[in-house]
Amino acid sequence: MFVLPGYDAFLGFLLISAAVPVLALVTNKLLAPQSRSGERRLTYESGMEPIGGAWIQFNIRYYMFALVFVIFDVETVFLYPWAVAFHRLGLLAFIEALIFISILVVALAYAWRKGALEWS
Amino acid sequence: MTALRAPLAAVTSGLDLQTSFTTTLQGIGLTPATAHLLWLPLPMLLVLVAAVVGVLVNVWLERKISAAVQQRIGPEYAGALGVLQPLADGLKLLFKEDIIPARADGLLFTLGPVLVLIPVILSWLVVPFGQHLLISDVGIGVFLWIALSSIQPIGLLMSGYASNNKYSLLGGLRAAAQSISYEIPLALAVLAVVMMSNSLSTIDIVNQQSGAGILSWNIWRQPVGFLIFWICALAECERLPFDLPEAEEELVAGYQTEYAGMKFALFYLGSYINLVLSALLVAVLYLGGWGFPIPVEWLAGALGQSVDAPVVQVITGSLGIVMTVLKAYLLVFIAILLRWTLPRVRIDQLLDLGWKFLLPIALVNLLVTAGLKLAFPAFFGG
Repeated sequence: MFVLPGYDAFLGFLLISAAVPVLALVTNKLLAPQSRSGERRLTYESGMEPIGGAWIQFNIRYYMFALVFVIFDVETVFLYPWAVAFHRLGLLAFIEALIFISILVVALAYAWRKGALEWS
Repeated sequence: MTALRAPLAAVTSGLDLQTSFTTTLQGIGLTPATAHLLWLPLPMLLVLVAAVVGVLVNVWLERKISAAVQQRIGPEYAGALGVLQPLADGLKLLFKEDIIPARADGLLFTLGPVLVLIPVILSWLVVPFGQHLLISDVGIGVFLWIALSSIQPIGLLMSGYASNNKYSLLGGLRAAAQSISYEIPLALAVLAVVMMSNSLSTIDIVNQQSGAGILSWNIWRQPVGFLIFWICALAECERLPFDLPEAEEELVAGYQTEYAGMKFALFYLGSYINLVLSALLVAVLYLGGWGFPIPVEWLAGALGQSVDAPVVQVITGSLGIVMTVLKAYLLVFIAILLRWTLPRVRIDQLLDLGWKFLLPIALVNLLVTAGLKLAFPAFFGG
């Protein structure tokens, strides 16, 4: 049924760990008192009555970081098989990874120079 | 799968409860498949209980140590020395009313904390307490943990957005930005360890560090990687000095501002399970996992006992669990002391540290490890 060994336990533990928050919330629903008035369902924010909502357009400054993150996250995904098999690949794999990482370091230097890593 | 792994001749078999359990059940006439199915939930429930107890101990320690640092007494009424305080807090939250703000998005508001908690519990799948004392030795081990830990910021972002509250939204965005900034140095630090072990499996990583006791632990061969990993782990757990997503002076309570009752408790539980989990993984990756500072083979030899004798196996198995927990709680203790020692960083300092310092250093560390592995294969896992 399972092609790879050990992953039946993954499925089982996924179900158990998903059951924890569900059970906790259901128990809370059964035990806890229900709201009596609408007042308490006001947004708390900072204790004052909130002025306007949060679902508006504004400048998310982390946008560039997210783009750079995608590049480097894909890089680490490529490096995983390299690191695991490195003992059998030897010097050639080292030089190849050196070239691969150098290209990405150039990309990092470019992003740095362009100010993509500045929070301002 | 096993054929791909490096041969580990010197490793003793250790306590194998699964094999004993299934052979016993097969002995009374059950099929191997049924015996396996009956075995499966046992380690899972045990690990779940261990994780929850670990969190309760952690909360109590945090409050007691914080109190000691500030020259207070801390919790003292619930149980001796206040040990039952976290349990009392948890029970209180269970009976608290669950409030969903009228202007919030109800579905995402509920889904957020659930999505934060599930991956951190699920990551305990790969935490080993002994040669066979883990739920499942999946081949991808630490990679599974890294993959799962990147689900968590989605939950935080979701709850920040769903609250329809400016502070929550900013907190959720910060949590996501912080988590993606520190994930890459973290993964690169792990890669250096993976390269030395020739495997992603947590069991193989610990076995690679056995042999000469404390001297063969990865911390001596990966000091830079250890520091990178520890800093990133603190940032991923949103511990001070990196607790910007819930910085109370700036953002009220960040993404958890609108949460009450059990949903707040889920966030709380999730963050503490994550801290214990990170400490355990530091112990596994850098501090020799379940290994005793002096190899147990030497100790058993000095006492004239065989390592394979059942009594010795039970003792070494228990010793392994105790060692793993001790190492993890030493790191938790350091994390708590760091909380009261270092001031919180600003968001631009946080991002600078991640992108302009830790990322280049982690890349260099990885390449240096690769070069050293080529030059001195005997010292870096062959």
